[in-house]
Amino acid sequence: MLIKVCAVVDLPAGEAIRIDEGPVPIAVFNLAGKFYAIDDTCTHQDASLADGYLEDDGTVECPLHASCFDLRTGRPTGPPAVRAVRTHPVVVRDGTIFVVTDDAATVPGISV
Amino acid sequence: MQTIAVVGASLAGLSSARALRTAGFEGRLIVIGEEKHDPYDRPPLSKDFLAGRQEVADLRLTIPRDADLNLEWRLGEKAAALRPRPGGGYVIDLEGHDPVECDGVVIATGARARQLPGAVRLRGVHTLRTLDDALALRAELVPGARLVVVGGGFIGAEIASTARQLGLQVTLVELARTALAGPLGEQFGAILAALPADRGVSVLAGVGVSSLIPSLSHEQAFRRDHARLHGVERANVHDHESEGGRVLGVRLADGRELPADVVVVGIGSIPNTEWLAGSGLIGAGPDGELSAGVRITPEGATNLPGVVATGDCAATHSRFAGRVVRYEHWTNALQHPALAVSTLLAVPAPRQSAVAGVPYFWSDQYGLRLQFAGHYHPGDEVEIVEGDVTQHNFVAVYRRDGEPVAVLGIGQPRVFGRWRKQLAAGG
Repeated sequence: MLIKVCAVVDLPAGEAIRIDEGPVPIAVFNLAGKFYAIDDTCTHQDASLADGYLEDDGTVECPLHASCFDLRTGRPTGPPAVRAVRTHPVVVRDGTIFVVTDDAATVPGISV
Repeated sequence: MQTIAVVGASLAGLSSARALRTAGFEGRLIVIGEEKHDPYDRPPLSKDFLAGRQEVADLRLTIPRDADLNLEWRLGEKAAALRPRPGGGYVIDLEGHDPVECDGVVIATGARARQLPGAVRLRGVHTLRTLDDALALRAELVPGARLVVVGGGFIGAEIASTARQLGLQVTLVELARTALAGPLGEQFGAILAALPADRGVSVLAGVGVSSLIPSLSHEQAFRRDHARLHGVERANVHDHESEGGRVLGVRLADGRELPADVVVVGIGSIPNTEWLAGSGLIGAGPDGELSAGVRITPEGATNLPGVVATGDCAATHSRFAGRVVRYEHWTNALQHPALAVSTLLAVPAPRQSAVAGVPYFWSDQYGLRLQFAGHYHPGDEVEIVEGDVTQHNFVAVYRRDGEPVAVLGIGQPRVFGRWRKQLAAGG
């Protein structure tokens, strides 16, 4: 399933957007010109990672309790989260960002 | 340094141990903790755990990867003294266990719940700080029971909120006219103070507690103890575990009596620093008293070489408060240890979070999520920058001399988050 996110120009570097069209909310980030998508809800507690703090090294920090995740792998890199968020492929077509959210094609939550 | 001892095995202690390894310390690393439990997360103890929606396993702070840290755990062992080791380094005396010798020390012994002064030990009276506290309290929070919460701060408010969800009859007693006016200011304290009443919690503000009402009179307690002393198993009174039996109620300063099946006392905390008496460490009190916490630099250094302190037991100057403060925020215990251990190891500080260094806390009560960053002073000007206060959905910015010094958000994580980041960037 391909979900339209927004136009490339509408998601500048360092920003994030949350999309609610899929089965679960997904957060899409622009990390220095490259797009990454992960499940939006922190695995620790109900908070939106799209509202979090994106660091240059690809870390996103949950705005509620400061759990950190690596955008590229979804793995938690800082407590209190202990479970990974799922990552989703992102494609750009004709200046528009799409997320691929076939549940079967996504990586299930991995424990570390 | 060959050996480092981290004293304290909660969030700040665990974070220190992790940070020491991340910073490249490969020597022997001992983590000493008074509680027997593996490190666990405390914030849910007044919320989901107390409500029965989480179990002990859900609170775990350690992950399997932590096994690679190669830590020497000394759990269930209470530090009793810190003293210099002849020839350099330190000795940490432990109650009932062999002392630990080390070259460097991270003090992360946290704080404990303050008890009502002068109160005898009664069954049915609780404080909430530890997992054991939460288990004991949870067992008594049965629907229909009468709960009196003494103290309308965040912990009291959260317990009252949870107990109400569980179907208890809840009364909240708060000494101040407006609970939470201290940390949030009168205007928002008043808004939050109105919540419990809306949710069926009876609130008595502006009145203190004079005593707890025991089931046994002094005379009965004396007779029981006397009978026990003389080998009589069962005296003419019920066999109670504690001095005065079970709590029957709370007597207020104005003479009113509130009947109670369960009482929770949430009146603040005391740093666990008594064990440091005689260590030479300087505390944050006016005359260096350790009862106000261990005085540290913002980077965690104490006045003793090779000793740093972090988390709830440490106090430092805050640019947001404009004075020395002992912050007990969860995120401080999470993030400050990395700074403290880099000080101990004399290595550059690691990359910090974009919002590190700004005091931050949250509270979940009555279905609302409150977030606060910075530090409020009476007299700060308040502006609602987003949302609607009457809808309990807003962001308020506090300014001092025109500069933002704090931000409060309810139900507005995104806008709140931007302001929090701005506070971090300022100064």
